[in-house]
Amino acid sequence: MTTRFPAVRLLGAAAAVAAAAGILYGCASAPSASEDAALTARTIAIMKASFKPKGQAGLDRLDQDETQRLCSQNAEGKLPDSIVKKIEQENLAAVKYPADGKLVGNWKEGEKVAELGQGMQFSDDPKKPNGANCYACHQLSPKQEAYGTIGPSLYEFAKKRGYTEETRRYAWAKVYDAEAFSACTNMPRFGQHHILTEQQIRDVVALLVDPASPVNQ
Amino acid sequence: MRSIHRLTLIVGAAAIAVATLAGPVVAQTTLENASAKYRQDLSEGNPADLWVARGQEMWKVPRGPKKVSFESCDLGLGPGVVKGAYAQLPRWFADAGRVMDLETRLVWCMVNQQGYTHAEATKQTFGNGSRHRSDLEALTAYVAKESDGVKMNVSLADPHVREMYDVGKKAFFYHAGTHDFACATCHAEDNVRIRLQYLPNLTKPEGAQKAYTTWPAYRVAQGETRTFQWRLNDCFRQQRFPDLIYGSDLSIALTTYLAASANGAVYVGPGIKL
Ligand code: HEC
Ligand code: HEC
Repeated sequence: MTTRFPAVRLLGAAAAVAAAAGILYGCASAPSASEDAALTARTIAIMKASFKPKGQAGLDRLDQDETQRLCSQNAEGKLPDSIVKKIEQENLAAVKYPADGKLVGNWKEGEKVAELGQGMQFSDDPKKPNGANCYACHQLSPKQEAYGTIGPSLYEFAKKRGYTEETRRYAWAKVYDAEAFSACTNMPRFGQHHILTEQQIRDVVALLVDPASPVNQ
Repeated sequence: MRSIHRLTLIVGAAAIAVATLAGPVVAQTTLENASAKYRQDLSEGNPADLWVARGQEMWKVPRGPKKVSFESCDLGLGPGVVKGAYAQLPRWFADAGRVMDLETRLVWCMVNQQGYTHAEATKQTFGNGSRHRSDLEALTAYVAKESDGVKMNVSLADPHVREMYDVGKKAFFYHAGTHDFACATCHAEDNVRIRLQYLPNLTKPEGAQKAYTTWPAYRVAQGETRTFQWRLNDCFRQQRFPDLIYGSDLSIALTTYLAASANGAVYVGPGIKL
């Protein structure tokens, strides 16, 4: 073999299992559970041999937590209700509220966090603050027209829900760990994964719940 | 230069959206400049043709310590045959013992026929201005252009290719990293956008076809002609994953999945994109 890629040499246990399960020879019908597990193992082995660390993105980025592992099985649509419940309960239990109980910061700062796209990419300077780029997926302030549609519009978020403690706690928890309320959502877990600081979450929550925020105008 | 109507374009709103989930917010003026430059590039034809021409010139010239040209390089249809080659890749290459996409195969020929080291062959996989041009981008653009008008026909009959397809599909749904992202986060729904950029649903044939048949592509914002390996690398960057190794098995698996999903559609690249 003349190629230099580690991947071709990485025919460890995972690939052996895959071969034994007949994955290498393809299967016309839907794969059985064991075939699927073997394919997953093979995929992970290939994946781990196919990246090099760069900037702040090390190879540990490829390791999955339980939520990620379960959500990766979600390809053809639905997970069983029991798994959905399990993911949501575990993530809800992981939500940390601020020790001082202060949930709401400054919406003007929150607007900046919601705009900023940088953060956590190998091309980003880890010394600079991370953004959340909420606008990538959500409409928020009606003044910003360059918003994405992966998530629902958050315009009038608290105006519609009420300026209550319940709304504030929900906003905090949702931004902290979105999986707590909808398993396998496309929304990142900003607190749980330390993308945002506690103060940044406060400020983003303010953007959502402050009656003076452009979101609620 | 090819005529404008044959160019494959992203038009409309998407054309003014350079702001992605990755980048910082692009100021309105930057958007306007970029779209003005985009329109100008269109009226002059596709600048990717410059890469095509450079690749074509390089193809026949003896290269490397062994002074061998790419005319000995078999892309699956026989030594030196480029017509239609891109539209049937990736495929299994018995001489290498691997499934390979075009770019990986070009590197293999440079190493095994022309005598370069692997490090030399992959020194400049992606170009960076006129002083750091990438031969691989030019060669890829040239070979791809020779499939312009050819129907995509990636065969999954070979079990190795089939396995790569299956792995690629699995990998497409693999969530990990700080943001929990998978390819599927951004590319498994119809009609959604990031900021103003519409995202193709690559899990459907129509989405995969439109996307795959228009790469390599001249990127107006970068002033470079980029290849599919670059596309994958940059999406993994946005996904918060580490640096995808050029020609790695994962890159080939994802390419196999998407190229085979595009089967039946006519290849129309190299394209031009903002
Ligand atoms: C990658 C896309 C993405 C990003 C970035 C993102 N979200 Fe979301 N968000 C979603 C999706 C999809 C949903 C709907 C599913 C769900 O509830 O999780 C959602 C739901 C929500 C909800 C619940 C809405 C409701 O009515 O219950 C809130 C609140 C929210 N997002 C706030 C934010 C804020 C604030 C940010 C930035 C800090 C943000 N999101 C960033 C994708 C995203
Ligand atoms: C965080 C969102 C995001 C993720 C995750 C993502 N992409 Fe993309 N992708 C984009 C955006 C945005 C574009 C549009 C072009 C651009 O910005 O350069 C794009 C463009 C593409 C295109 C070209 C489409 C065209 O018509 O030109 C392909 C192919 C693609 N992505 C494949 C993938 C694959 C495969 C993965 C997983 C490895 C992936 N993407 C992960 C956001 C994403």
